[in-house]
Parts: sequence; C-alpha cells; structure tokens
Amino acid sequence: MATQRRILFHWLFLLVAALIPVVELALPGRLHFGDLLRPIFIMAMLGLGLNILTGFTGLLNLGVAAFMAVGAYSYAILTCDIYPFRLGFWPATLVTVLVGLTVGLLLGLPTIRLRGDYLAIVTLGFGEIVEDVLKNLDSITKGTQGINPLPSPSVFGYRFRPETYQPWYYLFLGILALLVLLNRNLHRSRIGRAWISIREDELASSCMGINPMKMKLLAFALGAAQCSLAGALWASYLGSSGEPGNYDFQVSIIAVCIVIVGGMGNVGGVLLGALVIMGFNSIVLETVTNFLKAHQLISSSNVFTSPGNWKYMLYGLALILMMRFRPEGLLPSKQLKAELHPPEPNVPPPAS
Amino acid sequence: MSGAEIFLQQLIIGLSNGMIIALIALGYTMVYGIIELINFAHGDLFMLGCFAALTLMGLFGLDHVATGSSGVWPGLLLMLIVVPLFCGGLNWVVDRFAYRHLRESTKLAPLVSAIGVSFVFMNLGLLWGGVPMKVFGFGRAAAAPKDFPELLSNTNLLGQSTVQFSGKDLMVFVVTLPLMALLTWYVKSTRAGKAMRAVAQDRLAAQLMGIPVDRVIGQTFLIGGALAGVASVVFAIYNNTIYYQMGYRAGIDAFTAAVLGGIGSLPGAVLGGLVIGLARAFCDQYIETRWTNVLVFAVLILVLVFRPSGLLGAPAKEKV
Repeated sequence: MATQRRILFHWLFLLVAALIPVVELALPGRLHFGDLLRPIFIMAMLGLGLNILTGFTGLLNLGVAAFMAVGAYSYAILTCDIYPFRLGFWPATLVTVLVGLTVGLLLGLPTIRLRGDYLAIVTLGFGEIVEDVLKNLDSITKGTQGINPLPSPSVFGYRFRPETYQPWYYLFLGILALLVLLNRNLHRSRIGRAWISIREDELASSCMGINPMKMKLLAFALGAAQCSLAGALWASYLGSSGEPGNYDFQVSIIAVCIVIVGGMGNVGGVLLGALVIMGFNSIVLETVTNFLKAHQLISSSNVFTSPGNWKYMLYGLALILMMRFRPEGLLPSKQLKAELHPPEPNVPPPAS
Repeated sequence: MSGAEIFLQQLIIGLSNGMIIALIALGYTMVYGIIELINFAHGDLFMLGCFAALTLMGLFGLDHVATGSSGVWPGLLLMLIVVPLFCGGLNWVVDRFAYRHLRESTKLAPLVSAIGVSFVFMNLGLLWGGVPMKVFGFGRAAAAPKDFPELLSNTNLLGQSTVQFSGKDLMVFVVTLPLMALLTWYVKSTRAGKAMRAVAQDRLAAQLMGIPVDRVIGQTFLIGGALAGVASVVFAIYNNTIYYQMGYRAGIDAFTAAVLGGIGSLPGAVLGGLVIGLARAFCDQYIETRWTNVLVFAVLILVLVFRPSGLLGAPAKEKV
C-alpha cells in the first residue's frame, strides 16, 4: 500500500514538473521558472552521479566536476564543426557516456584501494589536473575560450533553438526521470545492496562473498558516466563546451552539498537537494538581490549588503550545521538515518 | 645569468617558499596525526591570517614606514605575535564548535564539516577585503588582490652577485627555522607534547590514563593554527600580494607536502614542504609555469597510490 502511494506520488511530481512551462505560458506576466529549472536538472543529474559514489558506496568524491568537464568537452569535440566527427545529439551523448565510463574506470583502477579520506583527496587532485590540462592543451580544447559554437541538437527530427526553452526543458526532464528510475532500480538491485553493504562495513560485506574492489569500481564507472552525461547536456544547452574554469572545485563542492543536504543514498533526497541548493542560488538569491536593488536598499559598490557575497558563507554553514544536527540530510535513506541515530543502548527494559 | 646561477636562484626561491609551505603543512600533519581529520579549512585559515596582518598594517600606519628602515621591526614583531594568536584562537574555536561533536560520528562527517568551514572562511576573506580601509583600497572591489606593503627591501645581501638573496629570504629562514626547532622540542620533550603523542597513538587508552583528550586536541588546533598565522605573516611580507582565494592553493600545496613527507610526521612535513617548494620553483623555470599545479597534483596522487605512508611516515596501519 505504502509503495503504491509512493509511486502515485512520483507520477504526480512528474506531472507537476511537466506542467510548469505550460502553466507559465498561460499565465500573464513573464515568469520563467521553467527556464531557471534547467540548470537545476543538470545539477540534479550530477548529484545523482555523485550519490552512487558517496551516498550508496560511501566513497567521498571531491572532483565530480572533472567528470562533468570530460562529458562537456567530449560532447563538444564530437559535435562541433571544426572536428571531423560531427555526430548528432544521440550518438554524441551515447559516446560521451561511454567516455565518462572509461574515465571513471581509469581513475578508479589505481585509486580504489585507498582509504576514504585519501580517496577524497585523490579525486580532488584529479579534478584540478583535468581543469589545468583542459586549459593548457589549447590546441585541442581552445583553452579558456572553450569549444564553440556547437550545433543545436535535433531530437527525433525536431531542431532545438536556443530562444525557446520549453523543448530543452522536456528533454532534460525526460532524461532526468529516466536517470531517477535507473538509480532507484540500481539502489534496490543486487548491485545496490552490495554497494550499501560496503558503505556500512567493507570487511563484513567481503566475508559475505562480495568483491568490494569490483563493486567500488562499478560505482566509479557508473557515477562518472552519469556525471559526464550531465556535462554533455550542459554543453548542448550552452552551445559551447564552456571554459575549464566552469568545472572547478566549487562545482564539485556544490554537488557534495546537494547530496549531503538532500540526503545521502536517497534518490529523492538528491533531487530535493538540487532544488534547495541550486534554487537558493539561482532563484532566491537572485530575487532578493533584484528586490533590494529595485528599492534602492543596496548599492552595488557596498560589498556587505549584496546577498551574492554571502553565498558561500551560507553554503558552508549549511554543511557544518547539517553535519552537527542532521547528518543524514533533509530526506534521508532509512538505513543511514538508523545508523546515524542509534537507539540509546542503556535504556532499561520496561518493567513487566 | 649562467646555468648554474639560474639553478642556484631557483634553489633559493624554492627553499624560501618551501619553508612557508612547510609551516602550513605542520598544521595539517599535527591535526591529522591526532584525530585523522584532513583539516580542509587550514589553507583558508592561513588566508585569513594574511588579511589580519594587512589590517594590523593599516591600523598602526605601518604602510607609511619606509621599506627596510628600522621602524619596521616593532610592526613586524607585533604581527608575529598578534596574527598567530588570532589564527590559533580561531582554529581552536572552530574545533570546539564544528568538529568536537563529530568525534564519534562517521569519518566523513568532520571532513564535510571542514569543507563547510573552509567556505565560511573564504567568504569571510571576501567580505574582509571590502572593509573600508586604505590598505584594502577603501573597499573597492573586495575580491581584487590586495597589495601588501613592502616592509623589507629587496636589496641583495650577496653584494654584486647576479644571484639574489634578499633580506626577505633571510627573514623566512630566521623566523621559520627556530620555530620548527621549538615545535620539535615541545612535542618531544614536554609533558603536553607527550600527552599529544599519547592521544595520537590511542585516544581511548590516553583517556583512561587521565589525559584530558578534548583539551589536548584543542591545544593541537591552537598550535597548528598559530603556525599557519606565522606562515601568513611571512608569506605576506615575502610575496606582497594577498587575495581571498589564495587559501585553497596554499592549502593544497601544504597538504601535498604533508602527505609526501608522511602525514602525521613533523620532520616529514618540513621535508615535504621543501620538496614541493623546490619542485614548483624548478617547474616554473625548466618546464612551464602553467604545468606547475598539474605537477604538484600528480605528485600528490602518485604518492598516495604508491607510497601512502609518505617519505618519512611509518607504514600505514590500516584501520578497518
């Protein structure tokens, strides 16, 4: 019964999301929430990729922006006119996902044996190396200009245009919905259970016949593939690979914030996290700033009164306070919540 | 300049910067040694120290003192006392409120918390840069790099030689070397240092022996932070430019140094700092500046993969 209700809830959620652009068109005034939601969808995909690693398997990755960069640049190289490939949207996306998978495997192979915090640092270093290499190999990546312009994708014979956001919206929503389905099923499958058992106790899970190295490597590959898919879609949306600085450490950390604030190991939690963190950035902060500016309450010359200058303070405090008071996130997975809030061991049994 | 002179020059630059990296790395390695936390905010603490030093310059009008005159000494001394106190105190407060409650939690919890602290510090640095003071350019463009006034002159102490060894280079060694000796003596020979080592070895056993574990950990944060404070004064005087995002790069260099030397080992951190400083200087000279960061990260990854215990560290005991 509970499962049925949950499924109903999910369909309802998808329906609401699908109706947003339609309602906006019908309403008077120039709302553009659907437009603002597109980057949130992309970041949600990035968060889902990281969630496989950090949420399910318990491997902290501080360099997912690098996987996203790999995705964006390989999509750009595969589609841009100045390179010989000139693939269409679907083949390029598919190849990009495979490239991401390979990169994840290649990074995972030597580093997977490392302990948790060392692995985190290696992934951070990898992220920095990718950023710098993309910047320095300017004969291929065009340095800080990025690869552009990319042709607008054409999906099922329909040619996308940068001016109308609705088709993009539905494309991203559809892919995100598929990814959510995939991740939920992975979570409940044999593989997902193996990942969770590794997160909970690696020794015990290897005693149960799970090969932790193989499973962690799989998590790396699948997580990287999803992150590079996010990168490919991002590049198609920008019409450019973006510049290497767009995929820096702060993007990786925002992905970490999304997963942790939303709820590690829970797909719904990651979606909520993306909505909260990115929505805060692109909707709340923007609206507040515009409101204050319109009413002459702040001047752009004063550093302190501009809300944008407090952004990272708020992100940082969110991380600290979450770890202190609700380490399982806003919408946690049941197991993680139980683990982080163990029942008091010393409660005497009730007198009979 | 002949080849040998270029080499010697890069050696001096590398060693000077390496000593500064080593000071920051000591803070990393002490904290990691005692609670196995990669204190992500340490680099940003160093950055805040630089801003504190610049604020002191402004408050006491030291930016008007002529470069290299005897008037700079009281100011230098003042900064070397106040900034370490500020950084050490701040580090202690952060441990008290952000990390102490997470000691029994999962291992990733304090690390994530430290990333949060790092963001808060970085944001504080951005806002601090907007303080309307003359040394900060009256708050114009808070994010812009700030000029740190020249306190020591660049006059070459080696006379007519083409190789530069200035008073700044000398200052780096004069400040850092005794400090490192003092730290070694403190950890090796005092009662407090013994308690520190005991907590690092086995926290529970130390507690059972009556060592106030939380206070010892707080002390470690205090000392590590103070070292970062000294490093920020030395860095600011040596390099004369500070900006609010410098903590990230400095932190990564220092962390790499700590890992390279063997995390948890004090001489290792110094050795690692020198190696990283030299590697950066030689890469700048003989390869290309734009590949220097790649080199540092490649060193970091290779060391972690092939020799996670570092150059001087004890073989890592895997805690399952």
